[in-house]
Amino acid sequence: MAQRSLAASIAIYAAALLLALVVLAPIVWLFVMSISPAADLAAKPLHWWPETVDFSRYGVLLSSVPNSAGAAFVASLYNSLIVAGSASVIAILIAIPAGWAVSRTPSIGWSLGIVIGTYMLPPVALAVPLYMALAYLGLLNSLLGLTLVYLTILAPFTTWLMKSGFDGIPRELEAAAMLDGAGLFTTLRIITLPLALPVMGTSALFAFLLAWDEFFYALLFTSDQRAKTLTVAIADLAGGRVSDYGLIATAGVLAALPPVLVGLLMQRVLISGLTNGGVKG
Amino acid sequence: MSGTWLTTRAWLLMLPLLIVMIAVIGWPMMDTVRLSFTDSKLVGTQGSFVGLDNYVRMLSSTNFTRTLVTTLWFALISVTAEMVIGVLAALLLNQEFYGRTVLRALMILPWALPTIVNATLWRLIYNPEYGALNAALTQIGLLDAYRSWLGEPATAMIALIAADCWKNFPLVALIALAALQAVPRDIVSASLVDGANAWNRFRYVVLPYLAGPLVVALVLRTIEAFKVFDIIWVMTRGGPANSTRTLSILVYQEAFSFQRAGSGASLALIVTLMVTLLAIAYGTVVKKFAGSAA
Repeated sequence: MAQRSLAASIAIYAAALLLALVVLAPIVWLFVMSISPAADLAAKPLHWWPETVDFSRYGVLLSSVPNSAGAAFVASLYNSLIVAGSASVIAILIAIPAGWAVSRTPSIGWSLGIVIGTYMLPPVALAVPLYMALAYLGLLNSLLGLTLVYLTILAPFTTWLMKSGFDGIPRELEAAAMLDGAGLFTTLRIITLPLALPVMGTSALFAFLLAWDEFFYALLFTSDQRAKTLTVAIADLAGGRVSDYGLIATAGVLAALPPVLVGLLMQRVLISGLTNGGVKG
Repeated sequence: MSGTWLTTRAWLLMLPLLIVMIAVIGWPMMDTVRLSFTDSKLVGTQGSFVGLDNYVRMLSSTNFTRTLVTTLWFALISVTAEMVIGVLAALLLNQEFYGRTVLRALMILPWALPTIVNATLWRLIYNPEYGALNAALTQIGLLDAYRSWLGEPATAMIALIAADCWKNFPLVALIALAALQAVPRDIVSASLVDGANAWNRFRYVVLPYLAGPLVVALVLRTIEAFKVFDIIWVMTRGGPANSTRTLSILVYQEAFSFQRAGSGASLALIVTLMVTLLAIAYGTVVKKFAGSAA
């Protein structure tokens, strides 16, 4: 690598500082709002850092006192966990055989195009009939109904991921096991699926985050604490008459925590994957 | 084993997926098509067949034209900004400097933040009375009086685009960075020896490696921007004076606020057709670049 001039170095560090500031400032501010007393947030000029740090809102939101802001928040947290969790599990169970079949059978490879195509469909294309069907089945405002609807997004998505995952597992290993007399299902159970475990994990995780972030269907198909998810609860808070902005910020921090943690951990996997791949060729 | 058996076995393994996809995607899609030719309401009576009436009415309304322009405007500006800032950030992150690893890890944060949390966060930042943007701009002397950034048609769209861009440019940056790291060092050194200046080095050495992944990111981001709903719903609900109303918001209003399932469905199909054209463009592009990828 050629030696950089001093001016170039200064420019690079200045740009890096600017980029870090742009990326971090809004997130740090979200956290600061969540721990600032309400008076500091309403002060002019604004207090950028609270004189006394106040974590009490986290307690308020995570308490289950009936009819409090906390009860609604905890209920939506629970709903999000159940819906995102069950939809991801169902999606991955469907995606494993389908992804393997597409990966190993060139004659049906074209079907993956359709699967990916449906993933790109705008939700508005399906929303009206889905609403009517859920109303007909009595599944509006229910966790089961929302879980089924989330399969419209998660099933194609996980199939796509699993297919690329199976592509990376040499089929020679399967062929060898079969030559030794193992049947298809034995081969899959003892050879392929253990090797595909990491891909299954990441696919399920990404599916979970996708459902965790989902807003449009949840807005349409849920109406109260029995089924409202976290995203709808936060939109309610943001659009409602909550006078304490710190409470909205706190809800945001709590909702962002799982995906942000996963993102930071997966980034390591991602980068090491890139560099390892480069070294091994 | 014969090819027919392999194909049959594959379909059998795909059966659960097929059943689910027909139930929750295929059937609703067909039903949207059917509804679009009726005057059905969302709740209550079955509508009657009205032919192409919904399409004619929707396509000829000024609401539709205006909303389409708003959507294209949102997609064009936000995607362009995300691509430019993303590539610049990637070029920076591809340099060697202290803290590079940390900065690269930080880039994942906006991407990981749920869209609704991002929208809520920026709504608070733009708050007309207590928002951080007003406070910051006033304190450094760039602004005399607090403004209602999301409340005025002149600034609402730009404020929305900035919030969307902040969340999405890091993804472009990470994709571009991965592509940059595939550029062989010796080619860069050779171009240095040959005396290529920075721009030519970028144009002729680096860009060919970037082009494929960037075009893929471009088309994917455009499709997403075209479908945008969440961030706008939380930040402005399409207002003020419908200045930020995009197609998805219009479909929502038609089908769910006004409960006109028939015309809502026709509008949804028009949007779907446009997204499909974009998706076909995506398929073509991916095939083209998958063939030429190094």
